[in-house]
Amino acid sequence: MSKRIVIHEEHCIGCRLCEVHCLVQHSSSKDIVKAYGGERSHLMPRLTVEEDGPVSFALQCRQCEEPSCVEACVSGAMHRDPLTGTVVCDEDVCVGCWMCIMVCPAGAIQQNLLGTRIASKCDLCYGAELPACVANCPNEALTFEVVDEKGAAS
Amino acid sequence: MALSLATASFCIERDPARCIACQVCVRQCANDVHFYDADDDVVRSRDLTCVGCHRCVTLCPTQALSVRQNPLEFRPHANWAPAILRNIYKQAETGGMLLTGMGDDQPQRIYWDHMVLNASQVTNPSIDPVREPMELKTYLGSKPERLEITEDGEGATLRTEITPQLELDIPIMFSAMSYGSISFNACESLARAATEAGTYYNTGEGGLHPALYQYGPNTIAQVASGRFGVHLDYLNAAAALEIKIGQGAKPGIGGHLPGEKVTLDISRTRMIPQGTDALSPAPHHDIYSIEDLRQLIYAIKEATHYQKPVSVKVAAVHNIAPIASGIVRAGADIVAIDGLRGGTGAAPTMVRNNVGIPIELAIAAVDARLRAEGVRHRASLVAAGSMRCSADVVKAIALGADAVYIATSALVAMGCHLCQHCYTGKCNWGIATQDPYLTKRLNPNIGARRLGNLLRAWALEIKEMMGGMGINSIESLRGNRDHLRGIGLNAVELDALGIKAAGM
Amino acid sequence: MRAVIIGNSATAVGAIEALRAVDQRAEVLVVSEESHLIYSRPLLSHYLGGEIACSRLAYRPSDFYTRHDVTPLLETKATGIDVEGHRVLTANGAPIAYDKLLVATGGVPIVPPTPGIDTQGVFTFTRRSDVEGILAHLEKHGGSRAVVVGGGMIGIKATDALLKRGVHVTMIELAPRILGAALDSAASRLMTNLLTEAGVDVLTGNTITEIQSRDGRVCGVALREGAPIPADLIIFGIGVRPNTQVVQGTEVQVNRGIVVDEYMRTSAPDIYAAGDVAEAYDLVVDMNRTVAIWPNAYRQGAIAGAHMVGVETPDEGGVAMNAIEVHGVPAISVGNSNLEDEPGHEFLTDLDERAHRYKRLVLKDNRLVGAILVGRINRAGIYTGLIRHKIDVGASRAALMSEQFGLLSLPDRYRKHVVTGEGIEV
Repeated sequence: MSKRIVIHEEHCIGCRLCEVHCLVQHSSSKDIVKAYGGERSHLMPRLTVEEDGPVSFALQCRQCEEPSCVEACVSGAMHRDPLTGTVVCDEDVCVGCWMCIMVCPAGAIQQNLLGTRIASKCDLCYGAELPACVANCPNEALTFEVVDEKGAAS
Repeated sequence: MALSLATASFCIERDPARCIACQVCVRQCANDVHFYDADDDVVRSRDLTCVGCHRCVTLCPTQALSVRQNPLEFRPHANWAPAILRNIYKQAETGGMLLTGMGDDQPQRIYWDHMVLNASQVTNPSIDPVREPMELKTYLGSKPERLEITEDGEGATLRTEITPQLELDIPIMFSAMSYGSISFNACESLARAATEAGTYYNTGEGGLHPALYQYGPNTIAQVASGRFGVHLDYLNAAAALEIKIGQGAKPGIGGHLPGEKVTLDISRTRMIPQGTDALSPAPHHDIYSIEDLRQLIYAIKEATHYQKPVSVKVAAVHNIAPIASGIVRAGADIVAIDGLRGGTGAAPTMVRNNVGIPIELAIAAVDARLRAEGVRHRASLVAAGSMRCSADVVKAIALGADAVYIATSALVAMGCHLCQHCYTGKCNWGIATQDPYLTKRLNPNIGARRLGNLLRAWALEIKEMMGGMGINSIESLRGNRDHLRGIGLNAVELDALGIKAAGM
Repeated sequence: MRAVIIGNSATAVGAIEALRAVDQRAEVLVVSEESHLIYSRPLLSHYLGGEIACSRLAYRPSDFYTRHDVTPLLETKATGIDVEGHRVLTANGAPIAYDKLLVATGGVPIVPPTPGIDTQGVFTFTRRSDVEGILAHLEKHGGSRAVVVGGGMIGIKATDALLKRGVHVTMIELAPRILGAALDSAASRLMTNLLTEAGVDVLTGNTITEIQSRDGRVCGVALREGAPIPADLIIFGIGVRPNTQVVQGTEVQVNRGIVVDEYMRTSAPDIYAAGDVAEAYDLVVDMNRTVAIWPNAYRQGAIAGAHMVGVETPDEGGVAMNAIEVHGVPAISVGNSNLEDEPGHEFLTDLDERAHRYKRLVLKDNRLVGAILVGRINRAGIYTGLIRHKIDVGASRAALMSEQFGLLSLPDRYRKHVVTGEGIEV
């Protein structure tokens, strides 16, 4: 079974290091100083940190069992990768129609308006052993685990 | 408004080549040291409020930050040190007592650093802890005068009734830290680590939160002068009870939790109104003599049907030896002694730094006295007050303690950087605070794991040192002063500790 | 077991993927009168607009059929069904036997009978062949002026595509305002403004009465109101109606579309219908109706495909929704979004006309039943989730409209469900 990111809001300290490392992981240089230097203008994190008073958590794609985005995607860009089982957006295929944004119940997909005007969402740092946000959360508010049937938004 | 003479204690050094203005430091500093300048798109710092806790340094993703002591220099004066001048400036501005947290930070003599341990070589071999069993287990409680055993055809039967004992898998327990002075997450971390390691943690004078009752079998519940949270369920939930007469950091005065830290949860746990200061009186107002103490000890034993050991905790002061003797004769199963360098969440600086005696001298004196009086077996001795490493633990046991309490070491394991500002409630590490934004920072999964690692690491080192000394159980180490030698101590100190000088 | 699917679009793909997820042995055939492998119809406007090449029209990789062990019978028109005999009748004579049949014939474009319609340069806008015809016509004859009949979703998409080609467009809508099925007056006005800013002539309350031609090709249209306008190209983008022709004369119950239950079963045994041809349950209006949108087509196909092999995943119901973009400004509508002055309903609005920004939420009994977002569409799907699950948002009213709106603004139990997957109590 594939692993998913489990969110533990009681441990989130709102530091937003997850945003920093998500951005670096998806940069070309993979170096934090360089990514925040020259590459910054066309990079955006693929998660959203929600905050209300002391309650906060980092929200990324919930890797739903029955993904609404795959259902709604008109180009087939949103698909479940046959190798890893991860729901990913094929950015070469996406045309930026925003249907996925319209249906994602978690609001986890964003418009990437900085470059090619397509949909941007968490890809579990495709291929990496541990997603960057999980690896770098200083308080283990994000863990990477095998989750049972109920572990995703419907 | 008159000019304040306060200057920054620390300076923030930010490497502009590394700083990516991610603002993690801005979000993480409870003292608002860092701030984001939107006009220039940079992060800047105001040094004045920095307490040197290193939260920002640790979290900075590019290691762009460092914290240095403010190099501001006064004209050198051997007598009027800068810290003393700053204290006076502060008091001239506030008119209040100087408050501080954690343990004595002045250069007192640390006797642990003047004692060395033996190792076996030629005359008797050392023991390899990897290959041979090494017993760190110990039992705390009153031991009988003698054991009566009857033998029959089928084997031996113990006739003597043994009073209740605490069974420790390692001779280290977590000392008293109240829920209120530290966060719930910190309490939970201590409870879980103690349970996992087969030892005990102490509730301190804050009572016991209902969610922690599940760790009762590894809990020592404290009955302090304010009797916060003391009710029958509390007594019954714990494995042992401890009457707190005093603590090493502030002998002779009571505890103080400011009203801002008395949240709804604390209010319920301590059984006091929300938002009111929790002031423990200096004495227990029902203990004015040793006979009163004996009455309270037995009242607790009656209430718990003599099923649990009762401990009495005192601060190490002058005449600690006769005090301890009196406590033993009053019926205590365990006597816990907390030395001068012990920590606290809040204490007047003058009291913390100047009242009490070091634990090394206290344990040595008490152990010697109780042996001399022939009552050493009637109570276990627990030493507290700044055991900083496993070597300190070994030396404490060699001086005569049955086990040690650690607190500062435990907090440091969880992330404390000894900034000494616990009393402000703004602990950036989520330990000494009730602020919900801050308490989240201590994930009990991580806290318990780190504490467990500390105990495991020290246990391994203790085994190495014991093996080196050629002994394989704690009972062979206890009070075995011949394994210690003093270095750089004068004759009076050597005599007080009951050890020889190195080379003798 | 042999499963036959008439139709080759989203519904077919949904059915195939759901069926093959549980069953590798059933024989699966796809019957389609088109000649192309599965392509995405919504992408046609991007193709027309020159944003993508035709190679990117594919909805699934080219090995989709072989990978899923499906036999495609292309250029095969299904003409009827022998319900009792379990056979699909085809134009080329050879009937196709089935154990389970899915009718996924989609919709046919609505084209009102208009004098002069049979001339070169008049197109509908539903199939790939339509777009290829349009492109060929533009290339062959040049042409810089087009008339788009229909101010609904299809008409808007055609118009936006033509704008990207540099063609001048006059859009003609019969109703008093464009996009009336999805938007309210304010949003309609915003979209009209955008179109006008982009150089489109928007004529509402009007219709074409005649198509004029010269040399066998379109040269203009006559209007019910106003003078005739010149045009080189006409696109009918009025809408589609369910393509129910293949079940005519059978016992299959047809309303406007083919009536189906929660498993997409029709009234005839072993026959399913799904997608634009079907009339399935809409949970917002609480009745069956055809909602011809891509996500419904895929989902209904999946339900039918799964049921064919014994897996029951009942349809909770569809929700009408659309996402379009005009002149770079996105607009999303979900649910009962076009209601105005409807008793029993509450309307929360936030309009910034100059910035082309609009948000309007429609509530009934403290539950969200419709939403419109123009300009800023961040996290619109959260509203869709609230509509779909009928969450009581009475306590969150102020938060719903705020810029910082997020999951934390919603009832804890629902938020925790979305974030961790624990069950909801509605």
